[in-house]
Amino acid sequence: MRAALHRRWAKLAFALAFVLTALGPSLEARAEEPVVLWHAYRGAEEEALEAILAAWGGPVEVLAVPYDAFSTKLESTVPLGEGPDLFIDAHERLGNFRERGIVAPISAELLARSGGAEAYNLGALEAVRFEGEAYGLPLSQKCIALYYNPALVAEPPASLEAIAALGDAPDWPEGVYPLAYEARGAYAHAALLAAFGGALHDPVADDYAFEGEAAERSLDYVLGLIDAGVIPEDADGALVTNLFKAGKAATVFSGPWLAADLEGVEYAVAPLPVVEATGEPMRPLLTVEAIMLSPHGAEKQAARELLAHIAGPAGARIRAETARSLSARTDVPPSDDPLLQAFATQAAQSTPMASTAAMRAVWEPANRAIRKVLRRDLEPKPALEEARRRFDDVRRPPPPPANPAPVVVLLGMLSLLGAGALVHRARKLGGASGTLDALRRSLPAYAYIALGVVAVTVLVILPIFFGAGAALFAGKPHEMYYVGLANFVAILTARGAPLLSTGSFYVVLAVTVLWTVVNVFFHLAIGVALGLVLSRPTMRLRGLYRVLLIVPWAVPSYVTALAWRGMFHRQFGAVTGLIHAINDLFGFSLEPIAWFSRFSTAFTANVATNVWLGFPFMMVVTLGALAAVPKDVLEAAEVDGASRWQRLTQITLPMIAPTMIPAVTLGAIWTFNMFNVVFLVSGGDPDGSTDILVSEAYRWAFTRDAQYGYAAAYAVLIFLLLFATSRITDRFMTGSKEDRA
Amino acid sequence: MTASQRELLESIAAHAVILAAVAFSLYPILWVVSLAFSGSTSLEAQVMPVPTDPTLDNIREVVGSTRTEVDGSQIWLFGRQLLNSIVVSIATAVVGVAIAIPTAYAFARFEFIGKRGGMRLLLATQMFPAVASAVPLFMILETLELLNTRTGLVLCYASTSIPFAVFQLRSAFEAIPTDLEEAAMVDGATRFQAFLRVVLPVARPAIAVTFLFAFMTAYNEFILAATLLNDERAFTLPVVLQRFIGEYDARWDLFAAGAIVVSLPVMLLFYQVQRHMVAGLGAGGVKG
Repeated sequence: MRAALHRRWAKLAFALAFVLTALGPSLEARAEEPVVLWHAYRGAEEEALEAILAAWGGPVEVLAVPYDAFSTKLESTVPLGEGPDLFIDAHERLGNFRERGIVAPISAELLARSGGAEAYNLGALEAVRFEGEAYGLPLSQKCIALYYNPALVAEPPASLEAIAALGDAPDWPEGVYPLAYEARGAYAHAALLAAFGGALHDPVADDYAFEGEAAERSLDYVLGLIDAGVIPEDADGALVTNLFKAGKAATVFSGPWLAADLEGVEYAVAPLPVVEATGEPMRPLLTVEAIMLSPHGAEKQAARELLAHIAGPAGARIRAETARSLSARTDVPPSDDPLLQAFATQAAQSTPMASTAAMRAVWEPANRAIRKVLRRDLEPKPALEEARRRFDDVRRPPPPPANPAPVVVLLGMLSLLGAGALVHRARKLGGASGTLDALRRSLPAYAYIALGVVAVTVLVILPIFFGAGAALFAGKPHEMYYVGLANFVAILTARGAPLLSTGSFYVVLAVTVLWTVVNVFFHLAIGVALGLVLSRPTMRLRGLYRVLLIVPWAVPSYVTALAWRGMFHRQFGAVTGLIHAINDLFGFSLEPIAWFSRFSTAFTANVATNVWLGFPFMMVVTLGALAAVPKDVLEAAEVDGASRWQRLTQITLPMIAPTMIPAVTLGAIWTFNMFNVVFLVSGGDPDGSTDILVSEAYRWAFTRDAQYGYAAAYAVLIFLLLFATSRITDRFMTGSKEDRA
Repeated sequence: MTASQRELLESIAAHAVILAAVAFSLYPILWVVSLAFSGSTSLEAQVMPVPTDPTLDNIREVVGSTRTEVDGSQIWLFGRQLLNSIVVSIATAVVGVAIAIPTAYAFARFEFIGKRGGMRLLLATQMFPAVASAVPLFMILETLELLNTRTGLVLCYASTSIPFAVFQLRSAFEAIPTDLEEAAMVDGATRFQAFLRVVLPVARPAIAVTFLFAFMTAYNEFILAATLLNDERAFTLPVVLQRFIGEYDARWDLFAAGAIVVSLPVMLLFYQVQRHMVAGLGAGGVKG
């Protein structure tokens, strides 16, 4: 019997091995090792790169990586000695790459081979330089400039005030904005801020600089533009593009990427206007796209040659012609393409973005402050002061190293306790011989679970274990050191701020609990109701309905979550369309709602999306549970004169409860950690108030200075909370019965 | 009111409720569909999701992607990537379910040391946010030399799908009366034979459902796939879709077109599995 079992397992293992080898890497090793190049280009820029590579003789392995995954992919491969030899990215991420050892300096010899320092625009080369060494060669420069629609404005207006005055013309078409740009974002605002003499970041002190009179005046100025109806207030990048394409915005501030979307649209580009209020021109932030070497790429002769080829003059010409990208080389002047001419003038009038960790920490507080002011939640001055505090909070000094002795002692005590528990267990089983017997009796079961235990331990439990361990560390990614429980203490004491201030652990926890309760309630209510209706014995079209109701589950949630976000847009969303339709139909005068400007409405929008995504699961579970309710019990109750309501509440619901309760448990855990919806729909708006614990953890790990230890501490706290809750409910549910789990 | 009148009214009410729910579930999808087939963007706050300037260009652009190989031959890249997605997802489901079935059976039928703790640990794995366990996972995959392989991807997906699958299947097995296996064993079958020949067929609906869940986990996953795979020809479709989102701008029209195409195979699979599903999930409801 055991032999038969072994043979079965051998067969199964063989089948598994077969499936796995069939999937194995399909690429054979080539004689000449190709240079590996990663980029996140799309469209014309990708074509240009392909043309440049075609002109190079040697073998290259190119990978176009989705932008969203680019940094993660570099961070998780290059330090392990894997990944690309060369990669193309924006210079502002260089600081991060240097800290992580992802990028190697360009040798003087290599720089000379690509034409020497004088072959590059000084500003562009300066942007990739640290302590005298270049960490990449500039390929192109990107910044925003003024696009205008010649059908609406013949000449580029000389000043921002002139643009604002366009709408006063008597023949100005209805519903056309004189200007549109992403006013809510710090990136575009930085250009206006510069005209007022301010900046987001002070390069000398490497510190936050979005404060003081210049910053306040710039924000007041934008408020004036919104009040005068010059610009739309909630414009994201897609809306700006669409307004311009549809001729609904006479001018927009946007970068070279917009041109790719404007095929068949008449447009022209000019440098950003002067602000008459100060007499100064707007000055945008400049991004330099550069090709960089990974440390292992730097050791490859072919990789270095390819780098020089791509950055060289021939490559720059191809990029300018094919992708209309603005070269950073002095020996390749912009051609007579008016777009390139305009961007070249603008790039000369721009400020290269800093690439330090401090600069990266500026964005979130600055964006939040701008939104808060534009929503009129706060005056510019207090909003900017709050942003300053947030910046300082993120950039607070890391906790001091701690002595690992206490944790060693604690671990020792825990293992003693564990051993004690094992001994206790063994005693209960009847001493050593009893334990052996019990183990022997367990052996067949172990044969069944072995594979599962191995797979889950290695690929699920171990990563969690190590991930949780990171909570005891702090510091830069490559210099993490042990800090004991400092991260936990910082989270639980709200880092010295009042315990109930926005973004503190306790407030976010309350939001998360509310989020979980409301969602699970609606999932369950809708799921059970639909399940009950669908399981009516006389119901027709049941199969069709089932598939239609399951659809929200089948379409990738990334795009549906964004469709929901679009529906809630104040001006152009379907919900607003519905409000207009109701007004027309009934003569009401309901106002469109700015969904993401108040906690209650933003939270509602998130919940609506998540309920929509999650009810099909509960419905299917209910349908299944209902199918298992014996008919005879219900019939007997009917004969006894029980009303339909009584049969539902006293027989059906109690009978499906055992199946439903565990499904609700898992559903609640998943909802508690449902980060996608919050991130994609409200994005935490307004002011981070709709963030839940897991999105807070995410922000610490990725947008706030890469504080992995801190993010891990959040994750551990989430885990402990859920675990404790599940144990308590378990006790409560099972009462005095033997623990079922 | 007669009984038949009441019956009719109730039936109308039931259909009304369901139709309202169907409208709720389809409305956002129709926006995605409308975007996928639009040649331009309308700037009115519309109520009805109707495509503006209907066109098939977006679908064509997404589906028609090709790649020129080193030897000059052209391959149909989208086809290759669709195949990747389907193969990876099916392999995930096969491996995950194949591992989860015996595990769940042991948890349902055997008494052994560590049984209660094991179930608790499985539930606990669902509680830790993935954001903090991603980096260690890469280091483990690196040690196992599984980076940049679809095998590694399948193993990761399959392992993550196991806890849920075990919960699912354990309850399904528990719902099957032990008499069935005992009868088979009295007739001379081994325990394993009884498990294979008697229990598995009865639990087929629950297995189908678990299969679908594991399939879905793999089919829609993006971050791990994008991070793990280093060859365009090995990409799965979610990675390809994500490419339409750039740093400065996003091609939502193409993303929507891709999402529609991507979800078609899943809808077909749903349609096939949903009959099993109703009996399947019920019997296999999760127990904590």
